[in-house]
Amino acid sequence: MAKLTLSLDGMVIREYPLTKERTTIGRKPHNDIVIDNLAISGEHAMIMTILNDSFLEDLGSTNGTLVNGQPIKKHFLQNNDVVELGKYKLKYATEATAAQASPADFEKTMVLRAPPASAKPEPRPEASRIGETTTSVGKAFGDTVVNPEMMQTHGPGLREAARQATAGPSAAPVAAPQPAAPALGTATSPVPMHHASPSQAPAPAPAPAPAAAPAPVVSPPMGSPQPLGTIQILSGPSAGKELPLSKPLTTLGKPGVQVAVIAKRPQGYFITHVEGATFPVVNGKQLDAQAHPLNDHDVIELAGVKMEFYLKPA
Amino acid sequence: MDLSKSIEMASATHTGMVRAHNEDSIGTDVNVGLAVLADGMGGYNAGEVASGIAVALISKEMRETVLRIPPYETDGENGEMMAARILRTVTAKANASIYQAANSQPQYAGMGTTLVVALLCDDRICVAHIGDSRLYRLRDGGLAQLTRDHSLLQEQIDSGMITKEMARRSQNKNLVTRAVGIEPEVEADVSTFEVKEGDMFLLCSDGLNDMVEDEDIHLTLTSLCSNLSLAATQLVQMANDNGGRDNISVILIRVKKPFPAERGWIGRLKAWFR
Repeated sequence: MAKLTLSLDGMVIREYPLTKERTTIGRKPHNDIVIDNLAISGEHAMIMTILNDSFLEDLGSTNGTLVNGQPIKKHFLQNNDVVELGKYKLKYATEATAAQASPADFEKTMVLRAPPASAKPEPRPEASRIGETTTSVGKAFGDTVVNPEMMQTHGPGLREAARQATAGPSAAPVAAPQPAAPALGTATSPVPMHHASPSQAPAPAPAPAPAAAPAPVVSPPMGSPQPLGTIQILSGPSAGKELPLSKPLTTLGKPGVQVAVIAKRPQGYFITHVEGATFPVVNGKQLDAQAHPLNDHDVIELAGVKMEFYLKPA
Repeated sequence: MDLSKSIEMASATHTGMVRAHNEDSIGTDVNVGLAVLADGMGGYNAGEVASGIAVALISKEMRETVLRIPPYETDGENGEMMAARILRTVTAKANASIYQAANSQPQYAGMGTTLVVALLCDDRICVAHIGDSRLYRLRDGGLAQLTRDHSLLQEQIDSGMITKEMARRSQNKNLVTRAVGIEPEVEADVSTFEVKEGDMFLLCSDGLNDMVEDEDIHLTLTSLCSNLSLAATQLVQMANDNGGRDNISVILIRVKKPFPAERGWIGRLKAWFR
């Protein structure tokens, strides 16, 4: 669950977990987060939370709302965003520790049963569309209220249990961010969410720990400054020309005659034969169908043209 | 009718870098012009079971049905191609079969799968899908997504609540609003598209399109269109290089030449002598 930390001049005042679909912020006492300061409007801003995502909206406040120093009207909150209202700061933090502990579990596909009305792909008039989606979003929120323990009681009674558990919250009127729409009344079926991750499954043995999986690759793919691979043509009519290998894939050769591709990967550059009867030659040695790693100053022969691969320091 | 002279197919499936199991299943039949891809979900190996049932059942049923009912004929009831009706029937069967297995065996409770099935016939491609597995088409250098995900994110995008750019960073990527085997009945979205010589089609599980930008998928398909199996392994490799957080499956189809249906007895005779 995400939370907001309210602070003033670097002093932490309070933490607010984002448990509700709609969390209001303002000076007046009926708000969920009350900031009693004249720079704050009565109803200043609102945060809508749908499962793991939160959206911040300024409610037309007098002095505005900033996120990371930029004034916003609507904003999709990201981890560690700092929301500023007057001199007050609200830091948004998702429950990163839990997510990092088991990224695999968090990304397991789950079914969120939507009513047929909102699942129909037919184009609808703009006016009713907003409302309809709001309805299904309301349901989505209702689903998360399902008691996890309830979901673990498996067997034939599972769906019924889930249904009963969700019937309450999803049937309750949902505070819609937009004016209510005609579709609200049509989509009424309760929507149980069938948790399908291993941790939710009937458990004769502990679920396979994500740690058992190969080490997760955390480093961003192309983030680190990698030396830029470059091809310099050595022979033929375009001798002397340089070709920077900045794209993930660069093809070389003559289509229909002989083509090879150089792939830029986190661990370096690799050349692979694509088409043609003859395979590319690297440093005088003919390749097979496998990808071949390229080293600085390797000489490639392809479709009768010699070229050199080298690395330009980043 | 044998399509192997007109179309070419290649596929690849991989567990990825994080998961312990591959819960995706794929099946292709180039003679029939059929490609099936399913991304299973459910505890232990239940996801594999669900996607496995879907692919096996649909492949078998489709092969048998297209022999009895010509898929290129027009459906008298709604004017669609018969292929559309056949796809609806077999996906309904797969749904019933998985639902029944899930409800009769406690270890499979709650299992389900996404599904995308494509059948090529008579210069057209008919596609049925449920969930967030996709069909893309590369035509004249442009990549287009032909299916629309049944997912919470897609609904949010459609309502204008978030942009596609925001969707890439969303934490709700994994929520589908429709799946095979979860409810007693499920409706597949079925559409038919004309096929042109040189078209390329990509069926994929979300393990590909969540990890690899459309732009890089596009680049791979255009660069490696002359070597389909290399293109398929390259796509999987890119997803893994970017983290490989989920299972990755791809099926590629390339249209080498037109494949009009052999109508009437002369046509069938000609096809028979080919």
